Amino acid sequence: MPNTAMISVVDLKKEFNGQQVLRGISLEVAAGETLVIIGRSGGGKSVLLKHLVGLLTPTSGQVRIDGQALTGLTERELLVIRKNVGMMFQSGALFDSMTVQENVAFPLREAGERDVALIRRKVDEALSVVDLSGHEDKMPVNLSGGMKKRVALARVIINHPSCILYDEPTAGLDPVVSDQIDHLIRRLQKRFGVTSIVITHDMKSAAYIADKIAYIHEGAIYFYGTPAELMASTDPLIEDFVHGRSHETDD
Amino acid sequence: MLFFRFFGRTALSLFQYLGTLLFLAMEAGHSIVRVPIRWRLVLRQVLEVGYRSQMVVMVTGAFTGAVFGAQTYFQFHRLSMDTAVGAVVAVSMFRELGPVLTGLMVAGRVGAAMSAEIGTMKVTEQIDALRALGVHPIDYLVVPRLLAMMFSMPLLVAECVGLGIVAGQFVAVNLLGVSRVYYVDYMLKFTGARDIKMALTKAFVFGILIVFISCNEGLKAREGAVGVGRATTEAVVIGSLAILISNFFLTMVLNILYPAGV
Repeated sequence: MPNTAMISVVDLKKEFNGQQVLRGISLEVAAGETLVIIGRSGGGKSVLLKHLVGLLTPTSGQVRIDGQALTGLTERELLVIRKNVGMMFQSGALFDSMTVQENVAFPLREAGERDVALIRRKVDEALSVVDLSGHEDKMPVNLSGGMKKRVALARVIINHPSCILYDEPTAGLDPVVSDQIDHLIRRLQKRFGVTSIVITHDMKSAAYIADKIAYIHEGAIYFYGTPAELMASTDPLIEDFVHGRSHETDD
Repeated sequence: MLFFRFFGRTALSLFQYLGTLLFLAMEAGHSIVRVPIRWRLVLRQVLEVGYRSQMVVMVTGAFTGAVFGAQTYFQFHRLSMDTAVGAVVAVSMFRELGPVLTGLMVAGRVGAAMSAEIGTMKVTEQIDALRALGVHPIDYLVVPRLLAMMFSMPLLVAECVGLGIVAGQFVAVNLLGVSRVYYVDYMLKFTGARDIKMALTKAFVFGILIVFISCNEGLKAREGAVGVGRATTEAVVIGSLAILISNFFLTMVLNILYPAGV
C-alpha cells in the first residue's frame, strides 16, 4: 500500500443475517482527495461508510485510516481515531435533547474546551458557513430536514477533522443550499486538505466535487475512475444511473 | 426431551443476558475509574431520577405504611398486642417494603424513561453519532445515570420508609387508638442501625440493577418505534423481576450481616 493513502479498504466483506451486503470492496483515497460513492439505494454505500469509522465490524477484510488498521481495535481505541475523522449521517443524527448551539458545540466541549466565549464564536462561525446563523437556540425537532443536515455538517467541521465522511449531504436540500454545500466540501479540501468520501445520488454535485468516483453495485465496486471517465462510460448500468433512466413506460 | 430442550434454551439465554449485563457493568466500572466523570450530566440525572421521583415514592411509602399499620393492628388487636404494631411496621418498612416498593416504583418511572430515551437515541443513529464524535456511549449515557442512581436510591428509600413509619403511626395511634408512648417505645426498641443498613444496601443494589437493565435494553433497541416500545416494556418487566428475585437473596445474605431482632 502506498503511504499517501489516507483511507484504504482491502477486500471488505459484510454479512447481515446471512445476507451479503458488501462483497469484497477494495479502494484507496489519497490524502486531500475527494472520493464520491454513487450507486442504487440499498447497494451497501452507507454500510461501507460506517465501516470506515469502525461503527460496524467487517465479516472479513481490512480498513486502514492514515495507516492504522481498524480491525481488532477495541471501541475505546477506535474513539481516538474517530476524533480525527468526522462523519455526517444521512439523517443528521442530531442530539434531540440539545439545542442547535449545544449540538454544534458538542465536539468542542468533549475535547475539553471550557472557554464559553471561544465556543460561542466557533459555533457562530460554523453555523454561518452552513448559512444557519440565528438558529442557535432552536431544538432539532423544530428544524426542517435540510436544516438538520446543515447543523450536522456544522457539528462535523467545527473541530477541523482531517477526514470527513458525508452520507448524502445534499439529499433533501434545495438546489441553492446543495450548491453551497458542494462549494463547502471543495473549500475544505482546498484550504485544509481535508480528505473526503461523499455518498450522493446528485450527479451534478458528484461531478463538481469528485476527484474520483466509485459506483457500487450489489455490494461491489462496479466502476472506479474520474468524473470524466464516468460520464464517458457506455456501460448500460452506469448510463442508466447517470441519466436517471429506469426503462419504465407509462403503459 | 422437549422439556430439557426448553430448559436448556432458557438457561442459555439467561446466562447470555447475565453476560451482557456483566460486560456493561465492567465497561461502566472501567469508565468510572479511567474516564473523567461528566458531573454536569450526573447532576442532571440526579434531578431526573432522584428529585422528580420523590412524589411517587413518598405517596407509595405513606399509603403502604398506613395500610400495613391498619392490617397489623387488626390482627394484633385480637391477640392484645396493639403496642407491637409500631415495631412490625418499622422493621418491615426498613427491611423489605421500603426498598422493594421504592425499587419497583423507580423501575417503572425511571427505568422506563431511561430505556426509552437511550432506545430512541439508538434507533435514530444518535448513539452512532456519539461514537463517531469519539465519545463512548457508556461514558456519556450509562455512567452519569449509574452515579445518579447510586446517590438517589438510598435517599428515596429513606423517604419512603420515613413516610411509611409516620403514616403507620398516624393510623395506629390517631385513628385506631394505640398508645403513642408504647407504640414509639416498642418501635425504637425493635428497630436499629442494622435495619437502616439493610434498607440502604438494598436500595443501592436495586438502583444499580435498574440502571444496568434499563440502559442495556435501550442500547440494544432496534427497529424504530416498535423496538423502543419493546425495550421500555422489557426494562420495566425485567427490572421489577430482578428486584423481587434479588431481594430474596439479599434478604438471606444481609440477614447474616445485619441479623433481625434486638
